[in-house]
Amino acid sequence: MKEWIKSGTPWIWSTAGGLAVALVMVFGVLWMTAARGLPYFWPSQVVETAFIEKDGSKIRLIGEIREREEVAVRRLVESGFTIPGNEKFTTRYLLKSGNRDVAGFDFKWYPAPLLSKFTYPDNVLTVERREWGNFYGHLKSVKENGVVVANGDFALPELQKRVERARKLFDEIFRIEKQEIGDVNFELEKLRLKERKLQLAGKLDEAANQSIQNQRLETNGRFAEIQSRLDKLRAEIGRDTLSAEVMDGKVVDVPLSKVSEVYRANSLNIGDKIGFYFRKLYAFGTEDPREANTEGGIFPAIFGTVMLVIMMSILVMPLGVIAAVYMREYAGHGMFIRVIRIAVNNLAGVPSIVYGVFGLGFFVYSLGGTIDQLFFSEALPAPTFGSPGILWSSLTLAILTLPVVIVSTEEGLARVPRSLREGSLALGATKAETLWRTVLPMASPAMMTGLILAIARAAGETAPLMLVGVVKLAPSLPLDGHFPYFHLERQFMHLGFHIYDVGFQSPNIEAARPLVYATAFLLVLVIVVLNLAAVSLRNKLRENYRVLEGI
Amino acid sequence: MSTPEANTIQPKTSTLDMSNLLGRMSGSQTSAPFTVCLEAKNLNLYYGTTRALIDVNVQIPKQQVTAFIGPSGCGKSTLLRCFNRMNDLVDNCSIKGQVLLDNDDIYHQAVKVPLLRRRVGMVFQKPNPFPKSIFENVAYGLRTMGVKNKKILSESVERALNGAALWDEVKDRLDSNGLSLSGGQQQRLVIARAIALEPEVLLLDEPCSALDPIATAKIEELLVELKDRFTIVIVTHNMQQAARVSNFTAFMHLGEMVEFSDTTTLFTTPKSERTNDYITGRFG
Repeated sequence: MKEWIKSGTPWIWSTAGGLAVALVMVFGVLWMTAARGLPYFWPSQVVETAFIEKDGSKIRLIGEIREREEVAVRRLVESGFTIPGNEKFTTRYLLKSGNRDVAGFDFKWYPAPLLSKFTYPDNVLTVERREWGNFYGHLKSVKENGVVVANGDFALPELQKRVERARKLFDEIFRIEKQEIGDVNFELEKLRLKERKLQLAGKLDEAANQSIQNQRLETNGRFAEIQSRLDKLRAEIGRDTLSAEVMDGKVVDVPLSKVSEVYRANSLNIGDKIGFYFRKLYAFGTEDPREANTEGGIFPAIFGTVMLVIMMSILVMPLGVIAAVYMREYAGHGMFIRVIRIAVNNLAGVPSIVYGVFGLGFFVYSLGGTIDQLFFSEALPAPTFGSPGILWSSLTLAILTLPVVIVSTEEGLARVPRSLREGSLALGATKAETLWRTVLPMASPAMMTGLILAIARAAGETAPLMLVGVVKLAPSLPLDGHFPYFHLERQFMHLGFHIYDVGFQSPNIEAARPLVYATAFLLVLVIVVLNLAAVSLRNKLRENYRVLEGI
Repeated sequence: MSTPEANTIQPKTSTLDMSNLLGRMSGSQTSAPFTVCLEAKNLNLYYGTTRALIDVNVQIPKQQVTAFIGPSGCGKSTLLRCFNRMNDLVDNCSIKGQVLLDNDDIYHQAVKVPLLRRRVGMVFQKPNPFPKSIFENVAYGLRTMGVKNKKILSESVERALNGAALWDEVKDRLDSNGLSLSGGQQQRLVIARAIALEPEVLLLDEPCSALDPIATAKIEELLVELKDRFTIVIVTHNMQQAARVSNFTAFMHLGEMVEFSDTTTLFTTPKSERTNDYITGRFG
C-alpha cells in the first residue's frame, strides 16, 4: 500500500479524476441545455385519442405529447379520477392541446389508464398562430369574406396558397409599421425636440415656428398616407379564414391574418421535418419575440448580448492596460502601490449586484442626469442618458471586469524579459518607446487572456444589468438606420435576462420551458463564439511574440 | 545617477592600499600611446551601500579592441555598463566620479541618455533579439531615430548585416523571426542591430559565453574586423579570448582596476602580483 502511494499512481488517478469531473460538468451543461432546448423546434406528431372524464363522459383529445412521468395512483384517485386495476403507479402524459382561445387551457396532464389508444391521423392540421399559441384541428373549409371557397380535399392546397399570401401581406404590414411609421415617429420626435430646444433658448420666433409647423404638417400628411395604406393592407389580410373542427367537435374559424404557418405534422416525411427544424431554428435566432417572449425568436437578445460584450471590451481594455502599465512600469514599489494592488484584487471579488447598484447610482443618475441637463434639456423631463441604457451597462461591466484585465496585463508585463528591455534601451530607445515597441506587443497575449476572462465573466452577468439597462422587451435595437446609428442611451435585451424572464416571469410556463433551455444553450454558444474569437486572436499574437526559452 | 550622498560617502579605508596601485598605473596612463576614446576618472559605483567599483581609472583607446578580464563579480560588467549608463536602470545604484566620451562627461546633467546610447552601443551576454523579423531587429534603432524612408532603412540594414558577417546567411529570409536563427547568428544579429546606428563605441558583455566554439570563433573574427570602424570594449571570462582578440587588456579584481596595458605585456610580463596569479590560474 505504501509502495503504491509512493509510486505516484493515486496522485495520477486523483488528478485525472478531477479533470474528468470538470469535463463531465461542462458536457453535462451543454448536453442538458441542448437536449431539453433543441428538440423544441422539431415538428412533433399530433396525437388523437379519447379520454374518460371524471364524470364518466368521453371526450376527444388532439394535441402533442410533451412529457410523460410516473405518478402514484393514490394521488390521482385523491384528485377525483377513477383508475381501474390495482397498480400502485401509473403513467401520465402532458398533452399540449393548443387552442387556448377555445378551451381556455393549452397544457394538461392525463392519466394513461383513462386514455384510449393513441392514433396519429394524417389529416390533423397544426396551425401556428401569432397569437394564442398553436391550433390543432381537422380542416373543414377555407373561406373568403365568410364564403366557402374550398372544402374537403381541395381545402388544404387552397389554404396553403392563401396562407402564403397572408404571410406576404403580414411581412409588408410589419415592415411599414416598423420602418416607415418608425421613421415618421422619429422625425416627429425630432421636430418636437427642436421646437422645445428653441423655446428653451428663447429663439422660437415666428419664422422658426412656422417652418416647424410646416414640417410637422408635411410629416403628419405622410403619416396619414401610410396609415391609409396600412388600413388597406389590413383589410386585405383579414379577407381569408380557415375553419376546422377542434377536439370537442366544434367548428372554429381562424383568420389567416394571425396564422404564420400550417402543416400536417403526421404526414411530413423526414426530409420535410429536417427542413422544418432548421427553418425554425433559424427563425429562433433571427426573429423578434412574440407573446410575452414565449413565442418567436430571440434575435434582439443575441444582438444586445453581443453588442454589450463588444462595447464592454472596447471600454475595459484601454482602461485596464493603462492602469496596469502605470502600476508595473512607472509606479514605485512603495506601500501605496501595494495597497492599490490589493484593492484592485479585492474588487474582483465584489458581488456583481453591487456594481449594478453603483452603476445605477453613479452612471445612470449622476452622470446620465448631468448629461441630460447639459445636452438634452429639450427632452426633459423624459430622460435620455439619465435612464438605464446599454452605455451604462457596458460601463458597469467594464468596471466589473477591470481587475481581471489589470491583473493579467501586469503579469504579462512582468514576464517580458529584462534583457529585451535592456536591448531596446541600449539602442537608444526611451522608456516610452521601449514600452510601445517591445514590451506592450510582447505582453499583448497576456492582455488578451485578460480580455478572454473579462468576456467570460461579463457575457454571463445578468444581475447588475437588471439595474442599469436590460429590459424584457426592447422596442428597438441599440443600432439602427437612424442617425447617429448607435443609440447608446437605449435599453436593450440580453440572453441572460431573457432566460430569467421567460423562465420565471412568463404567463405560460409550460410553453416557455423549452425556450429557457434553448436560450440557455444559445447563450453558452454566444459566449463560446466570443471566447473563441478572443482565443484565436491571442494565439496569433502569441505566435508573433513567442520568445524562446532562456532569454 | 550621481547623488549628493554618493559624493559624501568616501570610504577612507580603501584609499590607503589603493595609493601604490594608482601610482603604478599612472605611469602607463600618462604616456598613453593612443588616442583616448573613453575614459573613467576616479569612478566609484555603489549598489546601495555596497561599493562595487573602487576608484577606477582607465583610458580606452580609439578603434582598438580592449578586453576586461577578471574573476566573477570583480565589477567588469558593472564598469562596462557605466559607459552607456545602463546602470541608471538599476535601483539604488549611485555613481561618483567621471566617465568621459571624447572628453565630455557622459554623466553631465545635459546629456541625453538615449543619444548617448546611440553613440555607445552594447551587446549582451545572451543573444536578445526582439521577437520581430530580422529586418525589423536591425532597423529597430533607426526607426527609433525616426528614419522612415524605406530605401535608407534597407540600405542601412544591409550594411549592418554585412558588417556583422550575417548578410549572406539571412539575405533570403529577412522577414523571418529573429528568434528562428541559431545562437551564434542571433548574437551577430544583435551586433548588426547595434552597429546599424553607427556608434563610436561597441560594448560587448561576455558576448560568447552562451555560444559554441565555432560561433565564438566567428564572433572573434568579426570583432577584429570591426575594430577598424569602432572602438570595442569586451568583457570576457576567457583569457584566451582576450589574448586572441584584444589589443589592450585590463585586469580587474574586487572592484579595482588592477592593471591595464597592451595585451602582450599584460599576459607576458604583468606588473601586479594579482594579475600574475590570475593569468597563471592560481585563482579566479
